[in-house]
Amino acid sequence: MREIKAAKITEEIARLCQEANFELEDDVQRALEKAHAAEESPAGKEVLRQILENSGIAREERMPMCQDTGLAVIFAELGQDAHIAGGDFETAVNAGVSRGYTEGYLRKSALADPVRGGNTKDNTPAVIHLTLVPGDKLKLWVVPKGGGSENMSRIAMMKPADGIEGIKKFVVENVREASGNPCPPIVVGVGIGGTFERCAQLAKKALLREIGSEHADPFYAGLEKELLTLVNDTGVGPMGLGGRTTALAVHIEVAPRHIASFPVAMNINCHAARHKYIEL
Amino acid sequence: MAEHILTTPLKDEDIKKLKAGDKVSLSGEVYTARDAAHKRLVDLIEEGKELPIPLEGQVIYYVGPAPTPPGKAIGSAGPTTSYRMDPYAPVLLDHGLKGMIGKGGRSQPVVDSMKKNVAVYFAATGGAAALISRAITAAVIVAYEDLGAEAIRKLTVKDFPLIVAQDCHGGNAFEEGQKKYAR
Repeated sequence: MREIKAAKITEEIARLCQEANFELEDDVQRALEKAHAAEESPAGKEVLRQILENSGIAREERMPMCQDTGLAVIFAELGQDAHIAGGDFETAVNAGVSRGYTEGYLRKSALADPVRGGNTKDNTPAVIHLTLVPGDKLKLWVVPKGGGSENMSRIAMMKPADGIEGIKKFVVENVREASGNPCPPIVVGVGIGGTFERCAQLAKKALLREIGSEHADPFYAGLEKELLTLVNDTGVGPMGLGGRTTALAVHIEVAPRHIASFPVAMNINCHAARHKYIEL
Repeated sequence: MAEHILTTPLKDEDIKKLKAGDKVSLSGEVYTARDAAHKRLVDLIEEGKELPIPLEGQVIYYVGPAPTPPGKAIGSAGPTTSYRMDPYAPVLLDHGLKGMIGKGGRSQPVVDSMKKNVAVYFAATGGAAALISRAITAAVIVAYEDLGAEAIRKLTVKDFPLIVAQDCHGGNAFEEGQKKYAR
């Protein structure tokens, strides 16, 4: 059985929490540069110029791109032939979040109690999605998630009769209504199927995919492309000031559903679309 | 897209010149406040008590900055979403507040209050927080230190890049811009 040290998990999570906040990922950087070159709206172009300049400053000075450094969302796939030694997984991840947010001068936005408040002061606990998979590796995705874009995310328990047109209407209307709030150009993660909670999780998971990648199933790849066009046709544009680029990508993840249910969720990410990956 | 250079405190004649979509470069002092600080300010007003900051002619920036790293005036400091302050903004505008800085649109009661009180709402670029921090030359906590990132700070800003998002005449840069580019 392969051994993975808990201390190694803590160290990598601490590093990735900071890097995700300091450095725009290459796929996002490319997409924003392309959007900047193509944008026809003067206000939209200026916003994109500021975003790109900001990315350079953040990278160079190791400062967070955005003051909202998010709640730390961690997706993990643990190979069932791996053994975590010297501590438990959840404690190791939270120790990494605590260290990363403290050492990196990242904002601590976690309230211990949702109603009564009380800042936990180190941005823990992380939101952890752990699945057990074959093999002996540990795959980690660190996805710091800001409040502005998360607040514009929605779920609908549709009727099966609503079908594909229902999905399109739901996505486009929510993007229009969200307007400038979630910091467009956004990335839209769409979950279709499953149960209530599975659907929401699929929408979040869709945000992990590389921008520009297509769904493996050509049917959903086509729907992603069509939704991206419809979303950009809203004219919402960068920061809602009007323009050609409202979204950098629409990613869909699907799951089998109950015959009576047709859940559709959309999780919106801001233009920084922070995501980091490592395999241990 | 006209360009204006403004210094706080703002006067009615400055504000009346601003049209939705105009660019503004703002210098002077602005105060920070977000959800929790707004609630406390409005509670004080309703109780008839004195406020810890002046409102007359002032500008409030909706921001909860990241911690200040060594050697800097402030950490990354971009705008937060403004609609969350909509329940409180009209009360502050009635008490002399002249400008607000944030991201995203404002609701009708805020627009009505901006018209009535001659006030303006500026948009800063969300997520451009490292860039904006360069326009902030000093930051001092002046109230509610217990709120951490949500404490009220007095910021000294120089050439803070803004766009007039909603003006005192009812102009709305979001609506006008989006209509133009919708297909």
